[in-house]
Amino acid sequence: MIPIYTRRRMINALHLTFSILAMIFGLFWLFWILLVLIGKGLDGISVALFTEMTPAPGNTGGLLNAIIGSLMMVILATLIGTPVGILAGTYLAEFGQHGWLASVTRFINDILLSAPSIVIGLFVYTVYVARVGHFSGWAGALALSMIVIPVVVRTTEDMLRLIPDSLREAAAALGAPPWKVVTLVTWRASEVGILTGVLLAIARISGETAPLLFTALNNQFWTMDMNQPMANLPVVIFQFAMSPYESWQELAWAGALLITLSVLGLNIIARFFLRKNKLST
Amino acid sequence: MRNQQILFYSKLLGSHEHPQVTEEVSEFKATMNINQAKRTDAKVIINDLNFYYGRHHALKSVSMNILEKKITAFIGPSGCGKSTLLRTLNRMYQLYPSQVARGEIMVDGANILDKKHDINMLRAKMGMVFQKPTPFPMSIFDNVIFGVKLYESLNRSESMERVEWALRKAALWEEVKDKLNQSGMSLSGGQQQRLCIARTIAVKPEVVLLDEPTSALDPISTAHIEELIFQLKQDYTIVIVTHNMQQAARVSDFTAYMYLGKLVEFGETDTIFTTPSEKATEDYITGKFG
Amino acid sequence: MPKIISTAKLKRQQLLDQLFQKTTWFFTVIVLVLLAVLVGSLVVGSLPTIKAFGFGFLISSEWNPVTEQFGALVPIVGTLVTAIIALSIGIPVSFGIALFLTELSPPWLRRPLGTAIELLAGIPSIIYGMWGLFVFAPFFANTAQPWLQNTLGDLPGIGFLFEGAFMGIGMLAAGIILAIMVIPFIAAVMRDVFEIVPSMLKESAYAFGATTWEVIWNVVLPYTKSGVIGGIMLGLGRALGETMAITFVIGNAHQLHASLFMPGNSIASALANEFTEADGELYTSALIELGLILFFITFVVLACSKLLLLQLKKREGATT
Repeated sequence: MIPIYTRRRMINALHLTFSILAMIFGLFWLFWILLVLIGKGLDGISVALFTEMTPAPGNTGGLLNAIIGSLMMVILATLIGTPVGILAGTYLAEFGQHGWLASVTRFINDILLSAPSIVIGLFVYTVYVARVGHFSGWAGALALSMIVIPVVVRTTEDMLRLIPDSLREAAAALGAPPWKVVTLVTWRASEVGILTGVLLAIARISGETAPLLFTALNNQFWTMDMNQPMANLPVVIFQFAMSPYESWQELAWAGALLITLSVLGLNIIARFFLRKNKLST
Repeated sequence: MRNQQILFYSKLLGSHEHPQVTEEVSEFKATMNINQAKRTDAKVIINDLNFYYGRHHALKSVSMNILEKKITAFIGPSGCGKSTLLRTLNRMYQLYPSQVARGEIMVDGANILDKKHDINMLRAKMGMVFQKPTPFPMSIFDNVIFGVKLYESLNRSESMERVEWALRKAALWEEVKDKLNQSGMSLSGGQQQRLCIARTIAVKPEVVLLDEPTSALDPISTAHIEELIFQLKQDYTIVIVTHNMQQAARVSDFTAYMYLGKLVEFGETDTIFTTPSEKATEDYITGKFG
Repeated sequence: MPKIISTAKLKRQQLLDQLFQKTTWFFTVIVLVLLAVLVGSLVVGSLPTIKAFGFGFLISSEWNPVTEQFGALVPIVGTLVTAIIALSIGIPVSFGIALFLTELSPPWLRRPLGTAIELLAGIPSIIYGMWGLFVFAPFFANTAQPWLQNTLGDLPGIGFLFEGAFMGIGMLAAGIILAIMVIPFIAAVMRDVFEIVPSMLKESAYAFGATTWEVIWNVVLPYTKSGVIGGIMLGLGRALGETMAITFVIGNAHQLHASLFMPGNSIASALANEFTEADGELYTSALIELGLILFFITFVVLACSKLLLLQLKKREGATT
């Protein structure tokens, strides 16, 4: 009896130790990556980074055109993707529920959600870039919006489903037609959750590189013309990091720090909202 | 008015011994015997109503009259169909595609089950209060004015008047008049339920449907709400579903006992609780079953 | 109290209602159409190579843009091998993390640690790539690779996996970085399903005097089996489609090697590296077909994970 028990306790201790080590293992990489980023990127953070254009090889410069390009494409993609996502998600949660269209769409949406982002870039290339004959900021924004849509559809549906039916019944009992029930009551009750979904989607596309490679491409010069190839942080980082020039590599690290901080910041804000939402319902 | 209050309190205390009141009650009985009630007194006439949850036959050929400006209570064990019956009166079931009602429910001479009958107008006329308080995620003021704004265009001062009127009717005004801009969710459970009642009567419905309105509340809040329901009888036709038989006895004029989707017995509350004609009703009321 | 509402207003209400519902319906259909167009365009784009090479495309390791001979075997193998490495490291570690977060961690640490792991998922993949190429690969070449060759390299049967020069970059490095990237996904799902295990179930096992590990292994894990596998599948889908991190560290060589130390290629990194430079219809088409294959693989993985999660849901429904 006793030896068996000792063995069981040892097995238990062994596995629990492993569990602690796994936790440390996971945290270890996070801190290592963040430390490297700060160590290598902090030097490059300067006023010039935000005021000067991307330089020619060997010269110094900044990332202004890439930052603006990224911002424009991310904002545009959000503006395209959010309404589509919210309305489709509303259909799934409020009107379609059990119909065939909703079930099929739910499945399709999950496929889009897990589709490799590079395949989405490939898709926008074949249907848009190849047709019009040149890379452009529009193509980049379209590719990014295709990543936004499934994320927003999913969170909108999930958040609306958290709203108890009793609230919908109460609004309907006052004579509110379905569209007013949705716009005035259920959307309002889940606005924090839906906003969180949008924030998470923005965080996700802010760091995306793969879908921009064959859509927006890159542009060494200043442009606000969405019909031109457009500079953007991820692709500039990719190009500069892979280059042999030291000044380019330094800019790449600075850009990497910038992008990581904004993405992690968005994530933390989204999580904060999500928690607030959970506490209030 | 005063007599009614006395009647109410005496019922609340379970006593029927106040001489003046008993006299009133018997007089009342004489004039308003349900079985002889003219159809014109009825606000709602239910005729051969059947209800289905998918395949489940939940209401079996129910027929009854609900009289105007009276309180009608539905009682019975859980699953007997009392809430279902209530939810057909404003076609709430229609939110769920698998639920179907067949038969006739006449309100003011029109069959409300008719597909052509506008459902939102119907619901504006038949207000409903639910088991659990359901304040909307907005301020107290916006909660009360929500339903009103759907059908009437009021200016700021008219809205304010209407909100105050409704909150006073619901006996909530004194407690919330200084915090109308606070969220409706910040109130206590009993206050939330009174807010929901205020929200319902703000629309000025003709019938108020109450679905176990006190089952989630403490005894003191319950007493508040019951008193309120009794007040509301002056202006509205009231239907209340309750699992609490004392509550039915205290507040209602008429009681319907339901079991397994059938209407077993329907009549004046006093008769049902003192000399029920069906054995099943008696068993349920005396607690032998249920 | 009668309310006066004009029939015109009533009609307008009904019209708006219809309009709103139709709008949401329309955007739902758009989501459907989007996928249909996506698959359609990839199929059309890859028609030239499908015609030219047929099924042989899948099993040929030839990749020569000059002679226009293309085969997908090298990138397919690279994609699968890196994903397998990622999962074989990622699954036990994720399990350990989920175990720690649900059973061992003091309550006040639970949330910050959970958030930290989730932040690991938020780091953009290009950052993993840069860090992998400039920091991890040199470190890996100097320390881990010699050690692996000296220990595992002599073992019969698997020794060949660890042959060759210590370059840092290569299949193994790519697989390890992928593992770090999928850990947060798998760990988060595992933690979530572990948390839905009814505490009564665990308590009744503890009541027999079972240790924490015994409760986890004999009660929690069997109960959440399909959810755990579903989470692993999600991580697998993620690993298969990952592009930028792999592009930096896999070495981008269209060669098949037995050794994991050698450079290789994955579908996603081949696309990232070559697509903008591809000239000629057949070259472009070959790359698009690679994309189609990748999409198909991730679709199968997703479908499997969906089925498993559905099973879990059913069971949940049956027990409550």
